[in-house]
Amino acid sequence: MKIIESGNVAAANGVKLARAQVIAAYPITPQTPLTEKLSEMVESGDMKAEYIAVESEHSALSVCIGSASAGARAFTATSANGLLYMSEQVHWAAGARLPLVMCVVNRGTGAPWTIWNDHQDSMSQRDAGWIQIYVNNHQQIIDTVIKAYKLAETVSIPVMVCFDGYYLSHTYMPFDIPEQKLIDEFLPSYHFKHTLTPESPENLNTVTMPHGRNDAEGAWRDGYMDIRHSHYQEMRQALRTFQEVDSDYSRLVGRGGDPLMATYKCDDAEYIVVVMGSLSNRMKDIADELRDSGTKVGVLSLHVYRPFPDEAIREVLESARGVIVFEKSISYGAQGQVFNDIRAALYSGKKRPFIHNYIIGLGGRLIKNDDLIIAIKNSKSKGEELDNEPQWIGLNR
Amino acid sequence: MSKTIEIRWHGRGGQGAITAAKIVANTAFQSGYDGIIMAPSFGTERRGAPISTSLKISGSEINDLMPIERPDIVVVLDHVLLEEDNVTAGLKPGGLLVLNTPKKIDDYHLPEFKLAVVDITAISSEAGLKKGVVNSGIIGALAKASRLFDMDLLLENIEKEFQGRKPGENALSAKLAFERTEIEEDK
Repeated sequence: MKIIESGNVAAANGVKLARAQVIAAYPITPQTPLTEKLSEMVESGDMKAEYIAVESEHSALSVCIGSASAGARAFTATSANGLLYMSEQVHWAAGARLPLVMCVVNRGTGAPWTIWNDHQDSMSQRDAGWIQIYVNNHQQIIDTVIKAYKLAETVSIPVMVCFDGYYLSHTYMPFDIPEQKLIDEFLPSYHFKHTLTPESPENLNTVTMPHGRNDAEGAWRDGYMDIRHSHYQEMRQALRTFQEVDSDYSRLVGRGGDPLMATYKCDDAEYIVVVMGSLSNRMKDIADELRDSGTKVGVLSLHVYRPFPDEAIREVLESARGVIVFEKSISYGAQGQVFNDIRAALYSGKKRPFIHNYIIGLGGRLIKNDDLIIAIKNSKSKGEELDNEPQWIGLNR
Repeated sequence: MSKTIEIRWHGRGGQGAITAAKIVANTAFQSGYDGIIMAPSFGTERRGAPISTSLKISGSEINDLMPIERPDIVVVLDHVLLEEDNVTAGLKPGGLLVLNTPKKIDDYHLPEFKLAVVDITAISSEAGLKKGVVNSGIIGALAKASRLFDMDLLLENIEKEFQGRKPGENALSAKLAFERTEIEEDK
């Protein structure tokens, strides 16, 4: 059934269809309507779940960690400083390999206080060990939340579904709500193999020795570093798993096909713009406009950012003359995070296109079409001359 | 790409401009427009403070999620906003300005735009609504002045949206507004 609703409501419907059993969240702009919708669904009996109101984001994720350890399908959502406040538990959830799903409704981080969109919040948790997926519209929000559970439960790694605050969270557009019976087939109830019960208590994730040791029963237990290595390897394998999850989903629901990234007119492009999130949509219009005036531009919209699909990215970008990365976050003292990851992916390629970095839209700064077009033309004309220093677009000075 | 119709709504926090835009969005979608984007002004909304909402309607998917800068139509739920806020900013020359106002067309001097006026505040009381409920009525005025939407479908969607909150009275307010909206001659 197609409806017109906000991105937050799309996410809530995804959580409902996934039959999440525990929701623990603390409201923060622009995530608030998402948790409000879920609490309404639980209250009205539309959704059979425990909605646990908590006093902070740290507690929200702690409740999810406890619930997931007891075998429940759990969900939380947050933004900006809320995500930062739960950061300790973000790392814990990943290390404990719990199959949680969290929506991060992207917002700039304070100080200074902002409620508007950029990607600094989720980017700050890039290395926490979660899978991170960035989506571009409401259809992708609802579909990805559902797929995220399948992925998380298959690889035992939690998943962040990141979508732009306001641009998606508060904007209304049409999207399809898939049928519950299809989703039940796609995502049956699951059994967590390390489920904690009062009958079989266990100590989990206690102090772990650097080199491993035999436990009380005489069984070998890996050391800290071996556990980290498994996490790393299984994270890399998750790229393939997500592609399988996506093809299962598209077979059942009839939608999907670009799980890692979406490309637009990249095949013959001389210049490929790389972007994450809702701005990807507008970039397609800009590519068309520039093509009309003779510059062959393509767009690579990156969905899965961790694990990083470097091979797939290299394959698309290698043939271009130039790669232009627009991003809504910065690694202070260095460059944009996405830029540096893409640059690294290209280093081992047969051909190395030039690569430029533009920082845009921090804290909701208006992103003008004209500015984007000027930047792309600037990259085209400067080519190799322009260095790696990020260019800031739309500054007042 | 087909032409996009851009309608910007101005009201005050709590007046229900977003709900009104949503009803029109649903109606347009049901009438076969596949591209619908409705973007409220981003930020904090306070009761009584000026707010705006962008509604874009197109036959094909819309990629630009940004607020409208060059509207074809501006809808104003409270005529006092005309003095308080630059509600006609970017409105195309000859563009339609739909106003809830107790005044008449001749009381205004806006030669650049095509004006449509109706006193929704009075009409909604007459329809049995609480004083100040104007978001259902303004839809009728927009339908009359723009001729873009099917009135029966709009009324159906108004009743659906206001389920449990005087659906009949809200639909009546829109119907009366449709009948009584005065439109300036074509410019």
